[in-house]
Amino acid sequence: MTAGAEPRRATRQETARTRQETTRQETTRQETAGAPQETARGPLRGSVLSALLIGIGVMAAVDELVFHRLLGWHHFYDRATPRVGLLSDGLLRAAELVAVVGGCFWLADLRRRAALVARAAWGGFLAGAGALQVFDGVVDRRVLRVHQLRSGVDPLPYDLAWNLAGLALLACGIALAVRAGGRPAATRAPDGGPRTTERLP
Amino acid sequence: MTPGQHAGWTAWLPALLAMLVHATVYLVAVRRAGREGGEPAARTRRWSPWRTASWLSGCVLLGLALSPLVPPGDVGHMVRHLLLGMFAPLGLIMAAPMTLLLRVAPRSLARRLTRLLRTRVVHVISHPVTAALISVGGLYAVTLTPLYAAGLANPALHHLVDHLYLASGCLFTWAVAGPDPAPHRPGVPTRAAVLIGAAAAHGWLAKHLYATVPGFQEAAQVMYYGGDVAELLLAVGLFAAWYRRVGRRRPVPAPA
Repeated sequence: MTAGAEPRRATRQETARTRQETTRQETTRQETAGAPQETARGPLRGSVLSALLIGIGVMAAVDELVFHRLLGWHHFYDRATPRVGLLSDGLLRAAELVAVVGGCFWLADLRRRAALVARAAWGGFLAGAGALQVFDGVVDRRVLRVHQLRSGVDPLPYDLAWNLAGLALLACGIALAVRAGGRPAATRAPDGGPRTTERLP
Repeated sequence: MTPGQHAGWTAWLPALLAMLVHATVYLVAVRRAGREGGEPAARTRRWSPWRTASWLSGCVLLGLALSPLVPPGDVGHMVRHLLLGMFAPLGLIMAAPMTLLLRVAPRSLARRLTRLLRTRVVHVISHPVTAALISVGGLYAVTLTPLYAAGLANPALHHLVDHLYLASGCLFTWAVAGPDPAPHRPGVPTRAAVLIGAAAAHGWLAKHLYATVPGFQEAAQVMYYGGDVAELLLAVGLFAAWYRRVGRRRPVPAPA
């Protein structure tokens, strides 16, 4: 009995086709939203961006595990936190979870079709981790004043150490990604990556 | 059974009944789908055992939510909300019940169902944004209004809230990551964005309740971290489906 299966398959193909068309139109907005892309050009960019998403998520997980769970420096709810900060914090956290999952599947897809440039991916990973750390240190703690690194002490030395470490990670990541772009690797795309990687950060 | 539960086996009746009925209906349909199948193509495509396993785990979670293992009070309410509104729907929806129904239903019923799926009302309701608004909005409506206290006291209202959680949870799961047919479903970026928004709203509500409702701290933390796990699983469902779809469309290149 496949009476119902026929129209179902038709609609699925239809949606798949329209989706393919939209991906071909290639909007950069989709990429920043954490969407896996399926383009033949720019395996380097895919490698960097997918790993960047994973780096962001992993850094967020480290933050959660080390500072919430192990050290107990953060609190679940800090009464000093303004409501806007709470909202941005929730959004960031939700986005991090989706980013790490999406990044993993994107990376797996690149690997599956032998389009993964390992060095560029490592660069993206470090850059993502560093970028999140700097964002957390500057926007969340300084501007929005949410989840101070350690409650009840002078935050300045902690923030400085945090932000410098984040900047160092970010710089290493960018350097790696750029070097991967400049390298004439066999796996690199013919239309070259240096331009795309330089535009990245 | 946890200590202090001496209600006897009758307390388990709703849980067992819900589990048995749902599991039986699905298993009977799977049996029919495997046995019939007019075309050879349909017969060779056997119903995936993973889907059956997914459905059965959904049934277990459903039973768990209705069982006397769930403690009374705020924590219990939140545990039931998580199980009925998030985890049970994941198991049930990932089992593709509508696809199964379309496969085994008589031709006329299947045609009517597909026609129903194409109506404008279904398009609007099954859009991820609408589904998220209904699902998260329902949760806000229950927890932030006197409905919450009334639900703790009145059993009929309590059941109504349980059904609301389950129905809206299934709708949201289907809209974001369900393998069942959903005409005019937006692409992966939109659905991922909606998932982020809904999860953020859920987490914000948990922290808000933590801060404003006295004695709600433990329940709020259960809600917060449980919501994270559910979001993670939904994201895996969404992207895994994308991964499979892309792989099917593109032949795997020979290793260079």
